[in-house]
Amino acid sequence: MEEELLIDGKRIDGRLPEQLRDIQMKLNVVTRANGSSEVRFGRTTAIASVHGPRALYPRFLQESNTGILRTRYNMAPFSVNDRKSPGPDRRSTEISKVIRLSLEPVIFLEDFPKVTIDVFAEIIEADGSTRVTGINALSLALASAGIPMKDLVVSCSVGKIDGTLIVDLNGKEDNNSEADMAFAMLPNKGVITLLQMDGALTREEVLKLLQLAKESCMKIYEMQKKVLKDFYKGE
Amino acid sequence: MEGIYALELIQKGKRIDGRKFDEFRTIEITTNAISTAEGSARVKIGETEVVAGVKIGVGTPFPDTPNKGILVVNTEFTPLASPEFESGPPGENAIELSRIVDRGIRESDTIELEKLCLVEGEKVFSTFVDIHIINHQGNLQDAAALACVAALKNAMLPKLENDKIVRGEHDKPLPVVFTPINVTVSKVGENFILDPNYEEEKNLDSKLSISVRNDDNVCALQKQGRKEIKFEDVEKMLDMAIEKSKELRKLV
Repeated sequence: MEEELLIDGKRIDGRLPEQLRDIQMKLNVVTRANGSSEVRFGRTTAIASVHGPRALYPRFLQESNTGILRTRYNMAPFSVNDRKSPGPDRRSTEISKVIRLSLEPVIFLEDFPKVTIDVFAEIIEADGSTRVTGINALSLALASAGIPMKDLVVSCSVGKIDGTLIVDLNGKEDNNSEADMAFAMLPNKGVITLLQMDGALTREEVLKLLQLAKESCMKIYEMQKKVLKDFYKGE
Repeated sequence: MEGIYALELIQKGKRIDGRKFDEFRTIEITTNAISTAEGSARVKIGETEVVAGVKIGVGTPFPDTPNKGILVVNTEFTPLASPEFESGPPGENAIELSRIVDRGIRESDTIELEKLCLVEGEKVFSTFVDIHIINHQGNLQDAAALACVAALKNAMLPKLENDKIVRGEHDKPLPVVFTPINVTVSKVGENFILDPNYEEEKNLDSKLSISVRNDDNVCALQKQGRKEIKFEDVEKMLDMAIEKSKELRKLV
């Protein structure tokens, strides 16, 4: 159980503490959707799609002065070592909610009364940091669906292993960390839209991790911008 | 409209019930309120009331933690507690609340789960904390977490005879080593308040739920609400929560 996660300053996958994994982003992987993407952080793979704005039924769910955003985060049964029984559970219900709250501030929902924007994040392979990978995928999917947005949403995980603060936890680090934090922000406005942490950290460590998360998110923001620009240039 | 007025008052430096920004309503904790439970607590924060009961049984450990007992925290938003609660399986708010309370206890290593192992890989004590909301007048999160900790601190392990539980007889206390305290800091404009009542809470834009351990370490965070928060907000919110947790811990 007690395996060292940090040897000579290197992590088990060879990364330095503040180094992100290899990140890949692809657009339009679900052609039947209004917008979609696939994002990989190392082996962690999220596919996101956006359906809508579209009619919302049953009608009593409609809001007369605004549209609504519905999110579903789901892990495929084969995405983890021990098969996960399919369908929503407590964990995915909570994550779906915090993902929705992390995205809502950027969407002009008030421009779409009575309709819904449904977004889905499907994790097909999980090696830690699945919710933040999902948020990055959803940000790209929303942008490529042409949904009017105030900003992109960028997200990453940070944490602490063997007393060292690190960025972008893989599955093993996630399971054995002293603390892990899921984080999302709006890069232009510079504000936080997702903040979850568990573990044990001093006040100063929390603040240091926020700075690390911010720096990493700005790198991810550049990647998001590039993939969007390249996609539309190619059209 | 009531809720809007409560928030306007806060912008003017006042609160609808005359409290200071960092002041909780009166807290009453009654422990061992339920004789059928292995541990229990009724907690009132002002008019908000929750009851937590601990039931301990014998179960099979999870495959990834064969030497550890099981801890499950569940919350029921009983329809009696508020007109907006409905019967049926727990909704996302109830699930989120349970999971925040659960993380505060689990991640702070409050319970020595290794000590709940009976036969490695086969048999462990399983601890269920069920939290029922009795009256929803705001700040359920902090009330539920307080009730959970108070109930666990008073819980006794049941006596075993030939690996069967003898109900009503107890061996020793549940091994609880820390007292994590959850303080939710709410943001109203540029002001921060603690323990919002129902009127204040109704229109709140953002909150940060902060769980603080005895050594002032932070063991769980969760941002809630539909509006974003600033980096410098987090620092202020942490300071407020750490300070207040000391006061609340004395009550349990």
